Amino acid sequence: MLNTQDILETINMIREENLDIRTITMGISLYDCISEDADRLCQRVYDKITTRAEHLVEVGENISKQYGVPIVNKRVSITPASLIGGNLSPDGYLKLAHTLQRAAETVGINFIGGFSALVHKGYTDSARNLISVIPQALAETEMVCSSVNVATTKAGINMDAVAEMGHVIKQCAELTADRECIGAAKLVVFANVPEDNPFMAGAFHGVGEPETVINVGVSGPGVVCSAIKRAGDCNLTEIAEVIKKTAFKITRVGQLVASEAASRLNTPFGIVDLSLAPTPAIGDSVAHILEAIGLEHCGSHGTTATLAMLNDAVKKGGVMASSHVGGLSGAFIPVSEDAGMIDAVAAGHLSIEKLEAMTAVCSVGLDMIAIPGDTPDEVISGIIADEISIGVANTKTTAVRLIPVIGKGVGESVNFGGLLGYAPIIPLNTGSPAKFIHRGGRIPAPIHSLKN
Amino acid sequence: MKAVITVTGKDTVGIIASVSAVCAKDGANICEITQSVLSEYFAMIMLAELDGLNIPFSDFVDELTALGREKGLDIHTMHEDIFNTMHHI
Repeated sequence: MLNTQDILETINMIREENLDIRTITMGISLYDCISEDADRLCQRVYDKITTRAEHLVEVGENISKQYGVPIVNKRVSITPASLIGGNLSPDGYLKLAHTLQRAAETVGINFIGGFSALVHKGYTDSARNLISVIPQALAETEMVCSSVNVATTKAGINMDAVAEMGHVIKQCAELTADRECIGAAKLVVFANVPEDNPFMAGAFHGVGEPETVINVGVSGPGVVCSAIKRAGDCNLTEIAEVIKKTAFKITRVGQLVASEAASRLNTPFGIVDLSLAPTPAIGDSVAHILEAIGLEHCGSHGTTATLAMLNDAVKKGGVMASSHVGGLSGAFIPVSEDAGMIDAVAAGHLSIEKLEAMTAVCSVGLDMIAIPGDTPDEVISGIIADEISIGVANTKTTAVRLIPVIGKGVGESVNFGGLLGYAPIIPLNTGSPAKFIHRGGRIPAPIHSLKN
Repeated sequence: MKAVITVTGKDTVGIIASVSAVCAKDGANICEITQSVLSEYFAMIMLAELDGLNIPFSDFVDELTALGREKGLDIHTMHEDIFNTMHHI
């Protein structure tokens, strides 16, 4: 039987603590759209997406109303485009990007992910053509998101791709310099990319996935933060328990929404991604959770340990609440999308080196970080190489989403608006890794014994 | 299916009557009501059986939300499953 306390707690979480479902993402396989003719391929892709995702937005809105919980985004992820592009020329890939944009507009979704390539061991011609047009594709479309996987723990790191992606990120920013360099915010470079991630910009529909699938990403940093504040002066064992219990409740909502959406759309349920995804709104910050646990500010010594505990407790609570868990699952630490992170960077408390250390113990990686616009390509590649090597060595997903803000430097900031938020430009170490980056080749896969 | 209707706001005459009137008109059968008034602040939780609902659930939600707006009350209408899944294993 329902009790009053439980009902009020749930309503309070939604009304006061920003509990929401961050995204319902429908994964759609596009293998059956393959064609040697670019126009025919694009037509099939458009038809398939607009047919399969026709009711996605409507169903999302109805579920939101039925349960009284906001569902912020409805998205589509597709088979990585480089796997279905075949012999497409760079122009053909541009046409495909525009097709994806058109399909996204037709079904009314917020983003479409999967303009992606997997090059962790090497390039196919198709992947090379796709990557060559990423900057232009992201500049000419609004909702298309792109990702490139440059490393896995089993294959090692493709340093040719790391070198190229430094340049591609810079170009993405340059081509959208008049729009706050937004192009770079829609591109993620991955190590060990998950195949069922519902979150953008890194979502795609992996090779082992079914024809279509529903994946759901939850949110709720504000709920965890409030629960910790309510717990008062207790030890860390008790704090971990509080986080676990809260994560359980948050994830149960995700599981409910996911199974309901899957059943109404007659699509298999894939996974719930147990992520604490912040927004720039007050009371929706992961950094503030770390501060509520007892740090003077995010970035101070103790931050990595606090985040490691938070991340672990979120997973332990969430796993019990959902029948299938996947995606990125953990705490996100995007700088521009988190009010506490923004403040910590602006005040100089949080450096890129500390952020890098934090990514070793939480989900994703260096996310939504604004860097000076005159940063050389090789330095961007150096940042990518460092971050990717953390993922490869630790058998986890890591990613890089940097925004070189063209024409601006340290002390200035960039404002993307909406969920993408705003970011002060972070100072970088200016030593050049150019010789290392230009050596190219592959960093061999790491050994997994003799652990130290 | 059952819905949980929560009503909060400043206490006035006829709150329960007006919410019940919407339920009766739309075919929602009220199974349980708990309510309290704390220094002029009114809080009510109502459990309603919706099997006989004669309009779509989303319209029922909209009607109650509109009633809340009109009376200066905060009215939420949510499927009971969200509470069951969150608070029961």
